[in-house]
Amino acid sequence: MDRATVEQVWEWLDAVPDPEIPVISVVDLGIVRDVTWEGDTLKVAVTPTYSGCPATSVIAMDIETALRDHGIDKIKLETRISPAWTTDWLSDKGRAKLKDYGIAPPQPAGGPDRCPHCGSTAVEKVSQFGSTPCKAHWRCTDCREPFDYFKCI
Amino acid sequence: MTRDETFLQFLLRMGDNTLILGHRVSEWCGHAPVLEEDIALANTALDLIGQTQMWLGLAGEVQGEGKSADDLAFLRDAWDFRNVLLVEVPNGDFGRTLMRQFLFDAWHSIMLGRLLKSSDDRVAAIAEKASKEVAYHLERSSDTVVGLGDGTEESHRRMQEALDYLWPYVGEMFASDEVDAEMAAAGVAPDPASLREEYDSLVQRVLTEATLTIPDSRFAHKGGRDGRMHTEHLGHLLTQMQWLQRAYPGATW
Ligand SMILES: [Zn+2]
Repeated sequence: MDRATVEQVWEWLDAVPDPEIPVISVVDLGIVRDVTWEGDTLKVAVTPTYSGCPATSVIAMDIETALRDHGIDKIKLETRISPAWTTDWLSDKGRAKLKDYGIAPPQPAGGPDRCPHCGSTAVEKVSQFGSTPCKAHWRCTDCREPFDYFKCI
Repeated sequence: MTRDETFLQFLLRMGDNTLILGHRVSEWCGHAPVLEEDIALANTALDLIGQTQMWLGLAGEVQGEGKSADDLAFLRDAWDFRNVLLVEVPNGDFGRTLMRQFLFDAWHSIMLGRLLKSSDDRVAAIAEKASKEVAYHLERSSDTVVGLGDGTEESHRRMQEALDYLWPYVGEMFASDEVDAEMAAAGVAPDPASLREEYDSLVQRVLTEATLTIPDSRFAHKGGRDGRMHTEHLGHLLTQMQWLQRAYPGATW
């Protein structure tokens, strides 16, 4: 069997959901940094979102499982910490999906521009930290709904 | 000491600070006064433990004895730890925990800012990753110190007591020795004493806003970062943190 093209591998990886926010893929999240063939070994470089994020090892396992399911058995996963992950690497598709899911996407201003539920701009921070390391806890004072905000780093 | 031995000491100091503080902060898990604070403390602890993996992982590499970050965290005894005393003192009440966090975060953020320019690429890479997280820690601990300091009569009193108790542990973060001198000469890390001025102005600004008074003494408890004399509290902490490896040596997940 011919080895899969790098483009094909990226497409496969784009179908691997983030374990904590399953509406977006690991590619949407911007944590897959590089895919290359080295002889018959596929090398995938992954960067952690937050250094202590417990999802990191689950993500590595999910990537490996997905690639094996597509018939690749020589896989080398590399953890790359520099350059450090930034929310600038979230794809536009990922941002739109986050919003539909009820998570306000990151904004350079440091807070959500509007409530992901009703669109109101009357929002306030409840806590710097939310349900996962990458999110903060906010609420809307119009529709009164709490929501997660994807922190901008 | 050879260059690698000195570098190892520096890495242990960085990694042991985040490890021991991460463990202390995690003791709040399930006990914080409100849910949001519980989550915030747990996330802060998680970041610190994650940073520990990077620092101690590199320390293991530099040491060259095939030890992992886990080996260094779980298989050393109290006298081998190189964290400052500030991070090993017990949590006390919520106010004292947040005051300690603020006093540490302020140092940590300034230190990591300097390490971004380290002559060692691996150190600079860890600092780049960690500094983004620590910016959040500092923002939150500053806000909380101001909120509680400039809060009710009781919260103000408790925060002042916390500051009075913890202040003598601040000086050790800036006490330079021959390890620091060699790291500074090699451009790997700044001389800690050179961070003091920036630290004092940051801390002064936040504590003034919090209506708190910095004690008028520069007396400093020392002995953690050179391992000469830890407090009795570190041993107690290790009996919890290392319990599994002590009871079942070599156990793996
Ligand atoms: Zn709303």
